[in-house]
Amino acid sequence: MSGPSDFQPSNPALKWIERRLPIFGLIHSSFVAYPTPRNLNYWWTFGAILSMMLGLQILTGVILAMHYTPHADLAFKSVELIVRDVNYGWLLRNMHAAGASMFFFAVYIHMFRGLYYGSYKEPREVLWILGVIIYLLMMATGFMGYVLPWGQMSFWGATVITNLFSAVPYFGESIVTLLWGGYSVGNPTLNRFFSLHYLLPFVIAGVVVLHIWALHVAGQNNPAGVEAKTEKDTVPFTPYATIKDAFGVSCFLIFFAWFIFYMPNYLGDADNYIPANPGVTPAHIVPEWYYLPFYAILRSIPNKLAGVVAMFSAIIILCFLPWLDSARTRSSKYRPLAKQFFWIFVVVCIGLGYLGSQPPEGIYVIAGRILTVCYFAYFLIVLPLLARIETPRPVPNSIADDVLAKSKGRAATAASVVLALVLAGGLFAGSIQNAKAEEGGDTPPALSWSFSGPFGKYDRGSLQRGLKVYKEVCSACHSLNYVAFRNLADPGGPGYSEAQAAAFASEYKIKDGPNDQGEMFERPGRTADYFPAPFPNEQAAAAANGGKAPPDLSLMAKARSYKRGFPQFVFDFFTQYQEQGPDYVDAILQGFEDKPPAGVTVPEGTYYNKFFPGHAIKMPKPLSDGQVTFDDGAPATVKQYAHDVTTFLMWAAEPHMEARKRIGMQVFVFLIIFAFLMYFTKRKVWADAH
Amino acid sequence: MTTASSADHPTRRDFLFVATGAAAAVGAAATVWPLVAQMNPDAATIAAGAPIQVDLTPIAEGQDIKVFWRGKPIYISHRTKKQIEEAQKVPLSSLPDPQPDSARVKSGHDQWLVVIGICTHLGCIPIAHEGNYDGFFCPCHGSQYDSSGRIRQGPAPANLAVPPYAFLSDTKIQIG
Ligand code: FES
Repeated sequence: MSGPSDFQPSNPALKWIERRLPIFGLIHSSFVAYPTPRNLNYWWTFGAILSMMLGLQILTGVILAMHYTPHADLAFKSVELIVRDVNYGWLLRNMHAAGASMFFFAVYIHMFRGLYYGSYKEPREVLWILGVIIYLLMMATGFMGYVLPWGQMSFWGATVITNLFSAVPYFGESIVTLLWGGYSVGNPTLNRFFSLHYLLPFVIAGVVVLHIWALHVAGQNNPAGVEAKTEKDTVPFTPYATIKDAFGVSCFLIFFAWFIFYMPNYLGDADNYIPANPGVTPAHIVPEWYYLPFYAILRSIPNKLAGVVAMFSAIIILCFLPWLDSARTRSSKYRPLAKQFFWIFVVVCIGLGYLGSQPPEGIYVIAGRILTVCYFAYFLIVLPLLARIETPRPVPNSIADDVLAKSKGRAATAASVVLALVLAGGLFAGSIQNAKAEEGGDTPPALSWSFSGPFGKYDRGSLQRGLKVYKEVCSACHSLNYVAFRNLADPGGPGYSEAQAAAFASEYKIKDGPNDQGEMFERPGRTADYFPAPFPNEQAAAAANGGKAPPDLSLMAKARSYKRGFPQFVFDFFTQYQEQGPDYVDAILQGFEDKPPAGVTVPEGTYYNKFFPGHAIKMPKPLSDGQVTFDDGAPATVKQYAHDVTTFLMWAAEPHMEARKRIGMQVFVFLIIFAFLMYFTKRKVWADAH
Repeated sequence: MTTASSADHPTRRDFLFVATGAAAAVGAAATVWPLVAQMNPDAATIAAGAPIQVDLTPIAEGQDIKVFWRGKPIYISHRTKKQIEEAQKVPLSSLPDPQPDSARVKSGHDQWLVVIGICTHLGCIPIAHEGNYDGFFCPCHGSQYDSSGRIRQGPAPANLAVPPYAFLSDTKIQIG
């Protein structure tokens, strides 16, 4: 894309094509011969990482769309079926969901890099603005994608975000109705979001082409911020930049794989494992972590319209950056003051992200306002002012000089970049974990589970006992809609044989029909059947249980969580702690007390539970000692019951966990070996360039 | 620019490049596997394809019913004496896909023909009791099957397939 190329293929067939469509010349001049500054550091590999992420998101997304059903009644279930039944469906879904976070993580680093090294300055203004447009499109795509699983956070996130447009004077309500296609968020909304979520990534890909085109016209910026002048300043894109990018990508994949295989729920919200319910809003509506800074800005402003305007301005202001910062020196390396303010700005952004995840009350609101002012002040006051008053240090004469000046001590760069990435990832992304504030409940004790950690496996005996507890106790009121009898014989499950599963199924009466006479009939269960629900519908379940239907238990172990708090959630990232759900369920089952403590009363029809938020739970104490007898001699105690049934429910919620962790280990071993190979290959290739 | 140092350690360098390239190829192949495997039937579909049982008592002589197994229509015909005789009499040498009638029904249950009702030409559903052979006629491109479900005329290359099935009793079969 940098002018006509002198590339001439030697193969006659390629020559024939080249004369009619000079595509090989285009590729050659853009990605092979293209001169790239020789002093680029690893922050520059994020362009390649982002390209890979876009490709990967499109690929996994197209695949998920083959199995997904965009209908309000079926969407949640179809996502569960993808995870449970589709071959490697759990892997594809984790890749796509974690991939969205990784995409944003990489784009933030890419943007901060541009900010630090002044990559938006003349002549790269259009390049930068195209980048901001891509970022906006990414936000829209990510938001609509989050709506598709149609869980509680999907639904209420969609409601809150679309309602932003109601702040528009005069036309607000009409715009929102137009977005919804109804009087509230519903099936038409889901359908159009699905359509647009499929469309926008291809729009992004189109703008990325423009972005790269603009990049190749202006040439890449570099850490020194001086333009390439002679041949000595550059190296050909292939093999030098290609191999370096490939190494950066392979390191990033290690980070990515950590989430896919070991922390798939770390970045998500437990509430999204509860199907969308238009009648109940979750206690704390929190967007995905990558929107949190802007969410904090929105909430800092006590006026609806002004809040929305501030939030959008916070993004739009980036477009004006090339003119707000008129300093001649590009790279902050040579701008002592700008460098310090840059890091303060980074801290402000992370701080806003943290505040966005906190409840909007007290000190958080005040801090949010201060940081909002800081955010805008950076662009509107600090940068314009610095351009006038700052005396930059002298920049190197040329890129070659810059390289010579620091040819020592660059071996450690790669390692430190990886380390910084992992640390920053844990900190930055982890802030979402803080979002779950459960008021008025004791913190459940962290228990030890056989399925925790990278080698965790379900305890078969515990699963079988837990199944018995579910069957004899829980199933009287709670359904288990997403578990089929055949699952009892699946690998990584309770370890029954096909025949045992069939025998277990045949003990159940399943409603089937209509038959040839048009009547419903009952027949013995088959392995393909699902656990039958105790009540024919939600209304019947509610009527029989004091007005509130007992929730389905299939996803219970993932749909409940509790606040881990700072800095615990940071450690959790490294220790792979994912067991908030089981800890909570186990604690609830054991947390009943016959008499509330002195001075505490619970309303009529509710029971005191130490660990339930607010303490008043509608479920009466379900388990008591001796209620279920086990054949294997395990003690018939509530403690044992709670442990076993929780293990069983964890398996019900995550039936492929063992496969996930096993494949994860293989992937990790491979990726680490591959990254080492890439590193040495990269060193060999670059040995000639220094 | 690469020649200077490649002369120093040609083998070590080549080994490293080959190893890295091979690792990349292995990784790519391992990644493609799940991306393709996801297109195969999922566990729920496979479970739903379990064997089905069909009661034959309501089917009178000369009648047939259509049931579905794994999404495929299965014709169960209660053949008349005449149909059975025709099917047994026809010389095998005159058939495009020679198969005796005895190989297409269960012995002792000559009156029951169970075939997958999907034309072996391009997958349309043949109509029962039509055509010149007292069997099936496919409206799509005119293939004709006889009372044993064997191809007699038209573009279809093979006989209608017989699904796996067994008699549980004289009046009940299990397909699958
Ligand atoms: S499909 Fe039956 S004749 Fe072509």
